[in-house]
Amino acid sequence: MKAMNKTLLAVAVAATTALGGLAQAGAVSDDKVKIGVLADMGGVYADICGSGCVTAIEMAVEDFGGTVLGMPIEVISADDQLKPDVGSAKVRQWVENEQVDAVGGLVSSAVVGAATKVLTDNKKIALISTAASNAFTTSACSPYNVHWTYNVAAMANGTVKPIVQSGKKKWFFITADYAFGHALEGVATQVVEENGGEVVGGVRAPLGTTDFSSYVLQAQSSGADVVALANAGGDTVNALKTAAEFGLTQTADVAGLLVFTPNAQAMDPATAGGMTLTTGFYWDYDDATRAWSKRFKERHGAIPAMGHAGAYSMTMHYLKAIEAAGTDESDAVMSKMKEMKPDDFFARNATLRADGRLVHDMYYVQIKKPDERRDADDIFKVVDVIPGDKAYAPMLPECNFVKS
Amino acid sequence: MATFLGINLFGLFGQLLVGLINGSFYALLSLGLAIIFGLLKIINFAQGAMYMLGAFAAWMALNYFGIDYWLALVLVPLAVGAMGILMERVLIRPIAKEDHLYSLLLTFGVALMLQGVFTHVFGSSGMAYAIPEALQGGIKLPFMYLPAYRAWIVVASIVVCGATWWMIEKTRLGAYLRAGTENAQLMQAFGINVPLMVTLTFGFGVALAGFAGVMAAPVYSVSPDMGSNLLIIVFAIVVIGGMGSIGGAILTGLGMGIVEGLTKYFYPEASSTVIFLVMVIVLLLKPAGLFGKEA
Repeated sequence: MKAMNKTLLAVAVAATTALGGLAQAGAVSDDKVKIGVLADMGGVYADICGSGCVTAIEMAVEDFGGTVLGMPIEVISADDQLKPDVGSAKVRQWVENEQVDAVGGLVSSAVVGAATKVLTDNKKIALISTAASNAFTTSACSPYNVHWTYNVAAMANGTVKPIVQSGKKKWFFITADYAFGHALEGVATQVVEENGGEVVGGVRAPLGTTDFSSYVLQAQSSGADVVALANAGGDTVNALKTAAEFGLTQTADVAGLLVFTPNAQAMDPATAGGMTLTTGFYWDYDDATRAWSKRFKERHGAIPAMGHAGAYSMTMHYLKAIEAAGTDESDAVMSKMKEMKPDDFFARNATLRADGRLVHDMYYVQIKKPDERRDADDIFKVVDVIPGDKAYAPMLPECNFVKS
Repeated sequence: MATFLGINLFGLFGQLLVGLINGSFYALLSLGLAIIFGLLKIINFAQGAMYMLGAFAAWMALNYFGIDYWLALVLVPLAVGAMGILMERVLIRPIAKEDHLYSLLLTFGVALMLQGVFTHVFGSSGMAYAIPEALQGGIKLPFMYLPAYRAWIVVASIVVCGATWWMIEKTRLGAYLRAGTENAQLMQAFGINVPLMVTLTFGFGVALAGFAGVMAAPVYSVSPDMGSNLLIIVFAIVVIGGMGSIGGAILTGLGMGIVEGLTKYFYPEASSTVIFLVMVIVLLLKPAGLFGKEA
């Protein structure tokens, strides 16, 4: 009887192993790989990562061949309306009822914070392309988070450090009065102080402020060498416009801590020309970036912002990892993504760290003056390439998921 | 530096002047709304969208047809006013007899649609519009640098607001208008074409929003959501000033600009709410508004 049991067990084990081998071809859950794209389709960030992120991810799927491990790849999308509750409800519906394996896009940090919680609870992967907060790989890190394009730390290190080191020591902050602005200001202040500069003042302007003139006056009377704009989108455009109008740009440098290409295009080149900033991608950097950007522009109608290129690059890497892992099971895919070295037109000298942070070359660029521009798309001059380890903050030990 | 009670006086003067500049802008915007809201009793939620339309029309005029700022300042309000007339005739007129809530919802829908269309076509980041050459540069005052364009905003606003106030309060045309909105049947009995007058007044109010849009284009980002950001503030100003009071809307606009400017100086975090705080206090103490006639 005992011997009989042993034999049965052996047969069972053998059978399971064999089945496991056979199942390799069918290792894709629900016979498809489904990617949801959650982005801001009609709000202030729509140009930065809205329908453009959907286009970029669709391009990645097409370039990959439309199938992985013999199964079709499907892309669906939704508008988060910049609302965390809307975004997380959508993601929950996707992973619980619609067999979504990974969610891409992911723009506003507030929405992404809510969405990644749902994804982690369900062991699904978050492919974060455009959110700014560094929390997703620090205080709110998760084994299922991948943060690709940039974060606030990289922006502050890239933009602030060279300016402080050039001898401009006194800083004034015009900060968007919500979580993202505070985070950006905090990291930037640290960089200013570490490099021997000081913060002489600051003001917190409500999000969506139309008129920045009184803040610009305060910056002016503070006697600062540099006025840093710790805001984004329309706020940055308006603040810069006003700074130029009130003559602030003649007495101090204005540093935009987070400027996307569509925002830079919205600025008058005569006033914005000369301003420096950091970006994770610039379309006109070399032949490889130009080739991809040309294809993107043909489909989307505008040159890609960094989040678009990032969304393409990380989707490509995700699909390659599925192929290498032989399954779309999240843990296996995540470990393959971290093991394989991403290398394409976007990810240069790149490593996906154990905490999910992509450390890659960043670009220190200057906005071109009107006479330097060939056409409307010719906006940046790449001044310097910042190696990833200089731009990104080191990994926190508690976020090293590979070790634990 | 001159200080008083620990306050930097130069800084304070600067903020007061900036407040006055913003106030004259608010006055211009609330004037159009006060005419439509106060005289015609139509709650036009599309006024912000019309302001946005004005700014975009100026941008399009320059980039597609080479029409410069000064010509746009004349042509754009006419075009936007024509849009308003069309809207009044086709959309608002058929539901004029219904509750005010219907026109509120209708115009709100129109505003959302316009904003959606412009976001779709032009994106959400906005367009650049340069300050006209004649108004570049500025004047160096002892306490601040005053950009020429901002000074121009104050002058233009005072002229337009003053002329409008005079027209409505002091001329025969204005008297007809006020009487017509008070008692339409009686005025019609005197042979005045009241429906036509309502349409033209609506068009004029909307044209003012278009004018404000052109004025705003060089200094604020020309973007689809520029109107929705301002509309609520402007409504609050009209409520504070008092329904139906043209002069009240103008003075309140100026005053609220200054109040907001001072808040930005002393406690910037509250600058987006201070106007609503004032509105609550005014409504509690004087429900008809500061300059409104008690109903």
